[in-house]
Amino acid sequence: MLETEICQMKMRNPTVLAAGVLGSTSSSLNWVARSGAGAVVTKSFAVEPNKGYPNPTTVEVEGGIINAIGLSNPGVEVFKGELEKLEGNVPQIASVYGSTPEDFSMVASQVENLVDALELNVSCPHAMEGCGASIGQDPDLTRSIVKTVKSSVDTPVIAKLTPNVTDIVEIAQAAEQGGADALTLINSLGPGMRIDLETAHPILSNRFGGMSGPAIKPIALRCVYQVHQNVKIPIMGVGGITNYRDVVEFLYAGASCVQIGTAVMYHGLEVFREISTGLEKFMKEKNYQTVEEMVGLAHQQ
Amino acid sequence: MHVPQVLKIKRIVEETPTVKTFYFPWEFKDEITGQFTTSAKFPTPGQFLMVWNFQDEKPMSISSIDPVNGEIGLSVKMVGPFTQSLHKLQENDQLGLRGPYGRGFVIAGSRVLAVGGGIGMAPVAGFTEEACSRGIEVDTITAATTQSEILFAERLEKAGSRVFPTTDDGSHGFCGFATELAEKLIKEGKYDMVVACGPEIMMKKLSLITQENQIPAQFSLERYMKCALGICGQCCVDDVGWRICVEGPVFWGDQLSLISEFGKYHRDASGIKNQF
Ligand SMILES: Cc1cc2nc3c(=O)[nH]c(=O)nc-3n(C[C@H](O)[C@H](O)[C@H](O)COP(=O)(O)OP(=O)(O)OC[C@H]3O[C@@H](n4cnc5c(N)ncnc54)[C@H](O)[C@@H]3O)c2cc1C
Ligand SMILES: Cc1cc2nc3c(=O)[nH]c(=O)nc-3n(C[C@H](O)[C@H](O)[C@H](O)COP(=O)(O)O)c2cc1C
Ligand code: FES
Repeated sequence: MLETEICQMKMRNPTVLAAGVLGSTSSSLNWVARSGAGAVVTKSFAVEPNKGYPNPTTVEVEGGIINAIGLSNPGVEVFKGELEKLEGNVPQIASVYGSTPEDFSMVASQVENLVDALELNVSCPHAMEGCGASIGQDPDLTRSIVKTVKSSVDTPVIAKLTPNVTDIVEIAQAAEQGGADALTLINSLGPGMRIDLETAHPILSNRFGGMSGPAIKPIALRCVYQVHQNVKIPIMGVGGITNYRDVVEFLYAGASCVQIGTAVMYHGLEVFREISTGLEKFMKEKNYQTVEEMVGLAHQQ
Repeated sequence: MHVPQVLKIKRIVEETPTVKTFYFPWEFKDEITGQFTTSAKFPTPGQFLMVWNFQDEKPMSISSIDPVNGEIGLSVKMVGPFTQSLHKLQENDQLGLRGPYGRGFVIAGSRVLAVGGGIGMAPVAGFTEEACSRGIEVDTITAATTQSEILFAERLEKAGSRVFPTTDDGSHGFCGFATELAEKLIKEGKYDMVVACGPEIMMKKLSLITQENQIPAQFSLERYMKCALGICGQCCVDDVGWRICVEGPVFWGDQLSLISEFGKYHRDASGIKNQF
């Protein structure tokens, strides 16, 4: 009853591990898959290794956390070795980032055979100049990155967008025009910050970081709702999902499946199984036969 | 809440030429009222804190846990830029602390052998004191390269433990590696359990010795940490994927045998493997 499909990937349930949460190694990705996730996304990686920002890189705030990990990763060459060790019992999505269309397609073409889909991170709110959100705030650049990657790989391409724009629909349509097979909405929000009362020090070493967790859910939900009305490609909803009720809201708003990140901090890896169990019970009570039936229902009201 | 609480250092004890212990009041501000409370869950031996020096933040084991006086201690070995900056601090200087994190040692058995190598004595000392106070007989091996680096011998004797110092160069106590003495003691004594923390090569050897002698053993591991919240994935170990900051840092011997990278390699900040 929970089975669903996106980009030709058959999933046993609509919960997906979000990029950058645990997924830096095959070991942790395999563990998440064994814990009940319907699919997994890796940590974002690029051509060259990157140490990320110095600590503190995370701090809790009301309703979530802010993080400025800074896209730390060992580079595509090493990451390929990790992807080769994935057990493959659930669909696997590689999250890639870069600063130019060529960077993106270089990384994507090196790993396309090892995964079921590629997620382009054009939306990290705290990456270095020229990466992440500075791309995803520019519709032309977003379109050209998606287009370049699409022309160099055969694997489905998903564009992950930032909410930190005036009009997310414009960016979503640019990604669709570039040929994206699906969209992931949204990356972390902000940036935000937190300052220590005693010393007046900003807590994160990078001062600013991306906000995630329950507090961003209303914004993520609105983005999914708005974009669903204006594009034809499917959407993975993400942002503050911690229980099955959140998932139902995202499906109603127009997401075909959901990604889960920060909730792993609150509920551990059991969160995927808990959500699936709750969702199945809800669907039985409401007489839904499939997940697809629920997608976009809020738009008919 | 996972936010550093800035606290003043109550006192500093110079343990050896390279190790200092920093004592703090165990009190945290209530997120809502902003009032200090001491009732926040007291740490258990083997747990760690994230320590913020306003430049960087790193994990440190809690080496002294004193609920009676509402005080905890962190013992820091000077090895690099971060620990050097801590060693420059004076009484009343401030540090940010968050935690406690991780799963500490299970305190059980009636006769226990505790083995600490170098700064690995930090969590072991916390364990020995707590176990002794519960009437458990604890023999403690405190191992160092040389006499001046022996940690906590007097403190742990005072707590009621039999303490066996060992030095690599033979300048004090048993001459040789901690594992040689541990093997000897395990063969002679009837221990219900072994707990250990130290260089991974030492723990690897000790895990084999305890396996051969069929004694349950717990080991405290170290891996590069960023969040300590169980989400960044930095501290995950092969092949099980467990997070050292949540499922660890302490593991039982049989769990350890599932950690294939144990004794072989660990990962740096970017995730690149470094062999031990
Ligand atoms: C659970 C745990 C408990 C620890 N307890 C203690 C303790 O009680 N006393 C003590 O002196 N040290 C302890 N450490 C080690 C300590 O966190 C760092 O090794 C130390 O701060 C070195 O930092 P540095 O900048 O001085 O040296 P550097 O030269 O920068 O680092 C030396 C080595 O320390 C390790 N390291 C550096 N940064 C980190 C990090 N963010 N997380 C984990 N390892 C890192 C790396 O292996 C590095 O090669 C503990 C580590 C862990 C994971
Ligand atoms: C610690 C951490 C690291 C993250 N790293 C990445 C990343 O590498 N690439 C990416 O596209 N998103 C990254 N994200 C964003 C998440 O994938 C997700 O979009 C965001 O956290 C919102 O979902 P949540 O509220 O369920 O966490 C990261 C989030 C967190 C908390
Ligand atoms: S340090 Fe982030 S998961 Fe353990």
